[in-house]
Amino acid sequence: MKGLFRARDHRSATRCGRRLGATALLAIIACAALGVSSACSRNGDKPTLRHITYWEKWNGFESEAMDLVVADFNAQEAAHAKRDPNYAPIEVEKVTVSKIEQKLLIAIAGGNPPDLAGNYSFVVAAYADHGALTELGPMLAKSGFDRSRYIEHYVRLGEYRGRTWAVPIAPASTALVINKRLFAEAGLDPEKPPITIEELDAFAEKLTKWEVTSADGHKHIETGYLPEVPAEQKRLVQVGFLPNEPSWWMFGWGDFFGGRLLQGTDTVSTASPANVRGFEWVASYSQKLGVGVIKRFRSGFGNSSSPQSAFLSGKVAMVMHGTWIHNFIEKYAPGLAWSAAPFPYPADHPELARTTRADADVLMIPKGSAHPEEAARFIEYASTQAALEKLCLAQQKFTPLMSVSEDFWRAHPNPYIRLFRELSMSENAVSIPRTEIWNEYNRELGNATDLIQNLKEPPSRALARVQTKMQAALDRDRKLLARREAP
Amino acid sequence: MTQASSLSRINRRNGLLFCLPWLIGLSVFLIYPLGAALYYSLCDYSVLLPPVFIGLDNYTDLANDPLFWKSLGNTAYFAFGSVSLGLLVSLGLALLLNTKVKALGLYRTIFFLPSLMPVVASSILWMWMYNGQSGLINTALHAVGINGPAWLADPVWAKPAIVLMSVWGAGNAMVVYLAGLQDVPTSLYEAAIIDGAGFFQRLIHITLPMISPVIYFNVVLSVISGFQAFTQAFIMTGSTGAPERSTLFYVLNLYNVGFQDLRMGYASAMAWVLFVIILLVTWAATKLSQRFVTYDR
Repeated sequence: MKGLFRARDHRSATRCGRRLGATALLAIIACAALGVSSACSRNGDKPTLRHITYWEKWNGFESEAMDLVVADFNAQEAAHAKRDPNYAPIEVEKVTVSKIEQKLLIAIAGGNPPDLAGNYSFVVAAYADHGALTELGPMLAKSGFDRSRYIEHYVRLGEYRGRTWAVPIAPASTALVINKRLFAEAGLDPEKPPITIEELDAFAEKLTKWEVTSADGHKHIETGYLPEVPAEQKRLVQVGFLPNEPSWWMFGWGDFFGGRLLQGTDTVSTASPANVRGFEWVASYSQKLGVGVIKRFRSGFGNSSSPQSAFLSGKVAMVMHGTWIHNFIEKYAPGLAWSAAPFPYPADHPELARTTRADADVLMIPKGSAHPEEAARFIEYASTQAALEKLCLAQQKFTPLMSVSEDFWRAHPNPYIRLFRELSMSENAVSIPRTEIWNEYNRELGNATDLIQNLKEPPSRALARVQTKMQAALDRDRKLLARREAP
Repeated sequence: MTQASSLSRINRRNGLLFCLPWLIGLSVFLIYPLGAALYYSLCDYSVLLPPVFIGLDNYTDLANDPLFWKSLGNTAYFAFGSVSLGLLVSLGLALLLNTKVKALGLYRTIFFLPSLMPVVASSILWMWMYNGQSGLINTALHAVGINGPAWLADPVWAKPAIVLMSVWGAGNAMVVYLAGLQDVPTSLYEAAIIDGAGFFQRLIHITLPMISPVIYFNVVLSVISGFQAFTQAFIMTGSTGAPERSTLFYVLNLYNVGFQDLRMGYASAMAWVLFVIILLVTWAATKLSQRFVTYDR
């Protein structure tokens, strides 16, 4: 009996084990079947719709502007399908993705990228070198893409090593933006912004104000840099100009003195005399105002897109800003009297007049896109003059095209939009260096700028160190690239 | 005999089957990534293109990379600073909250609450506290006649500021210490009091030895999380570790190299070096614990 029971136990245990195994297997099969069936039903719902996903970096009003273009495209596709029942319409689904420059790469590496992406022009070189992009040239050629329609500077931002990887859609440029009320209060003519860097420096001194506490405890306002007044007796309340306000382009002040961070594609030129001069000019503001004073003063500023920003709150009278400044003023400081002018140039280099930082938002098709042809169709549509004008009007920018309709100019709310556009066509329009090591280069420059502004190191030494390090990084990258490309 | 062994075989198989989800998870999410990272650390790997084997180049480059040493130094400063300060504060709070005062539960809750706040939220909160012009800390300092620094913008103060902020999360360790303190037999204190021992004598000769396993546990965990510091610096001073790289922590540097520069092979080598460092520090703490930690009851 015992043996029988044991045998029965054994059989029942075996059966139990088998049952367990079978259940697990069934569960796996059921899950897989469910997944497949749900995928089928998704496909089955709209068998003829060509759905493409589009990752866009902007949120807020810039994103809403692109929503208008996407809606128009989808409506046009739906109308086409209505006219022609055999036509499978394309439907673009736009998704806003923060930190897109990194997340997109991860998605591409993971083999699951979106079909289309809106990115910054400065990523094109690194993306192309890492094989993260689908070359657009052949696809655009089919649709009759004409690069001569574009402002040369911007169309070049999408090209790298002789191929087209991205198409510019929303460009921007920078100019000197001044607070006219503060100019008038300082006895300066608000209609005559500074033309040379030397004038800018002189105006900045007149626009700098301190609250000075005299020996008897009385407080009064004084103008200028006041080197003779001890730091504990003065508090900065307004400043004419700060090179690090906003701090987005700290890496590029050398450009305004004729320097370039990269010569061609293979030579790092950080420590060129012109760049050193630019950063010496940056350091001169720390010397005039005091390192600690600037730090404390700046820490009271809010975000650039807030009423507490340095310029909008009237704490800094002159700033270099982009095309989008009008939108911030309209939203956060509607009554602000302002004007824009070309950023000043060094008096001894008049050929550097109208230097501007000009970069752009671009559309690109990631490597591994499931619907590259459809994505290219959307790019083609978004590159039409009508679509670009709609987008750039809503984003308060100008279009990257040579041709502009009168309606666009009339409807544009920014009174200085023509100036920003003209600046972008200047031969001194500069953009972020197109190199695969830009992220690393930018971080090195950020650290060098810190040291220069804190007066810890003379610009010549800090920039020379960056140059040596980045040339080595570029050489390293080229070597790796050659190794990767080797059969 | 045969049946018994086959039964145990079935039991083993069933046991393994039940363990399978965990085993799969461990393999997929831990063992494979560890092994893959070790392999990639020997490669030039940009994620997007297939890895190219380069031997120990990444490790030799690391040894000659000033940023690696800088970030390691910053991280060690933060880890040991935050561990020491955290130990003092959380143990001090636990001792205070282990007394019989009114509304004890309320105090315990209040001191524990900040540790529940996500690091991102508390980092943003502390950015305001550290604001050079209108921050709470400088306003308080100003009231007593001290002109406070622009904390996070000052290379001298940025790192200590982040260390100081780590005390904000002391509530977690405090609760563990509190549990340890409540486990100390009161008879020991009674005997010590009869022998005439004062507060500090009781603390040094009874409390600390009795809760030494708890201290050891908290210190090891804090050191490990200290070496992994990332979020505070990323949120408060940016991915560059500004100002002047004074807050460039090891993992922040790793993130920059891996996810911004796409040098994933180099980043993998950095990750493995960190793993070994943490392993060594934990081993050293364990060795030390053999001398100072007592499990006697």
